[in-house]
Formats: sequence, structure tokens, C-alpha cells
Amino acid sequence: MPRHERPLSPFMQYRWLYSNTLSILHRLTGILLSAGFLLLVYWLVAAARGPEFYERALSHLASIPMQVVLACVLWSWCYHFLNGIRHLCWDAGVGFERGVARASGWAVAIASLVLAALLWLVLRSGPGGAV
Amino acid sequence: MSLESPLRRVLGLGAAKEGSRHWYAQRLSAISVAILGIWFFIALAGLDGVDLDRVRAWLSAPLAATLLLLLIGTLAWHTILGLQVVIEDYVGSRGLRLGLLIGMKFTFVFAATAGAFAVLRLAVGVPA
Repeated sequence: MPRHERPLSPFMQYRWLYSNTLSILHRLTGILLSAGFLLLVYWLVAAARGPEFYERALSHLASIPMQVVLACVLWSWCYHFLNGIRHLCWDAGVGFERGVARASGWAVAIASLVLAALLWLVLRSGPGGAV
Repeated sequence: MSLESPLRRVLGLGAAKEGSRHWYAQRLSAISVAILGIWFFIALAGLDGVDLDRVRAWLSAPLAATLLLLLIGTLAWHTILGLQVVIEDYVGSRGLRLGLLIGMKFTFVFAATAGAFAVLRLAVGVPA
């Protein structure tokens, strides 16, 4: 144990605001996307192992629970991608003003849902039903 | 010769670890993953289904295989950096924190290597 107990973040209670809600969502979607990365590898390894194994993997991925997971991962990617661009703009010193940050936050939240729905429809429209 | 003690010289300078390098790598990998991610979803939509022949044909193109390898590499890098921050922020006990960090890094480097090997195998058409 450390000699001095240092506080871990978050070490106090915050008010629940749009800013910290979006911030914690960035972390949560990041954690979900880590699982998504493992699913991407699973898909590729299954394909590399040959037709039998690949068919089995695709039927696993087509099950209802896995479809729910994939939908969550897809939305997570959209949110993390858009909010990540917002963070990169902040790192460049742009968009810190309260009004701008609030507006971009709302834009990211809404756009992530729209983008995820669009991607879901496009990826599932093929005959094999990607995703 | 300085009369300052070594302690005096480092006090107030911060943690003096690898924070800025981590910060920069997180952003660099983010830009890479953002660009390659757009390419990946466009490519996936263009595949029109993911049956094995289509995936093989897709990855037999050198550019597609190269970009997918880069996506796997930078995505793993970005994931490791991100999960490291989450673990360091929320896990207090030193032993557990170290164990989780090591396990997490091993897991994602292993996954990335397996994914890259699979891409190469699909790309050059080694029979399963």
C-alpha cells in the first residue's frame, strides 16, 4: 500500500450535467469498443480458419444477444468517433466557449444516434447482412 | 555546486513520468483510428455481405490488407492507452492495478497479433 492515501478520481460528488455525462459516456463507449476490437479479431480469425469455422462464427454473431452487443458497439464507435473529434478540437484550443461546447455536445449526442442508425441499416442491407 | 537538496529540485514539478508522451500517443492514434475507421465502414458497406469469398477477395487487394493491418495496430495501441487511463483512475490497490495493466496489455497485444496474422493469411490465400 502507498504510504499516503491519495484520492482516486472521481474523488468527490459532481452535479450531473451535460458535460460530465458526455465525458463519462466517452469512457464507457471506449470500454465497449475494447470489446468491439476483440470481436473484430474474432471475426477475422474465424475467417482465416476456414469455411466451417466462419459459418459457425457468423451464426454466433447473428444471435439476438450478439446483435444487441454489436448494435451497442456500433453506436459506441459513432459516439466515441464524433466526441473524439470534439476533444481533438479542444486540444487544438477551439470550441471551449460555454455555448459552443454545449451546442457541440448536443450535436455529437444526436448525430451519433443518427449515424449509428444509418450505418446499421446500410451494413444490414447486403444479402449476407454484414455485422 | 548547488546547495539545493535533490528533493528541493523536484518538488512541485509533477509526476515526471511519461504523461506527455502518453497524451500525444493517445491523440496520434486517435487521428489514425478515426481515418482508418471511416475507410473500414465504407469498405464494409461496399462488400455487400460478409461471406468468406467476398472477404478473401476484398483482402487480396494489397491496399485493403495494408489498411486493415494499420487499423488493427493503431486500434490496439489506442485501446491500450485508453484502458490504461481507466485502470489507473479507478483501481486503487497497487498490486491489483499493476496486475490489471499487465494483463490488459498482454491481452490486446495478443489479440492484435492474432488479428494481423489472420489478415495476412486471408490476404495471401493460405488454405485453412
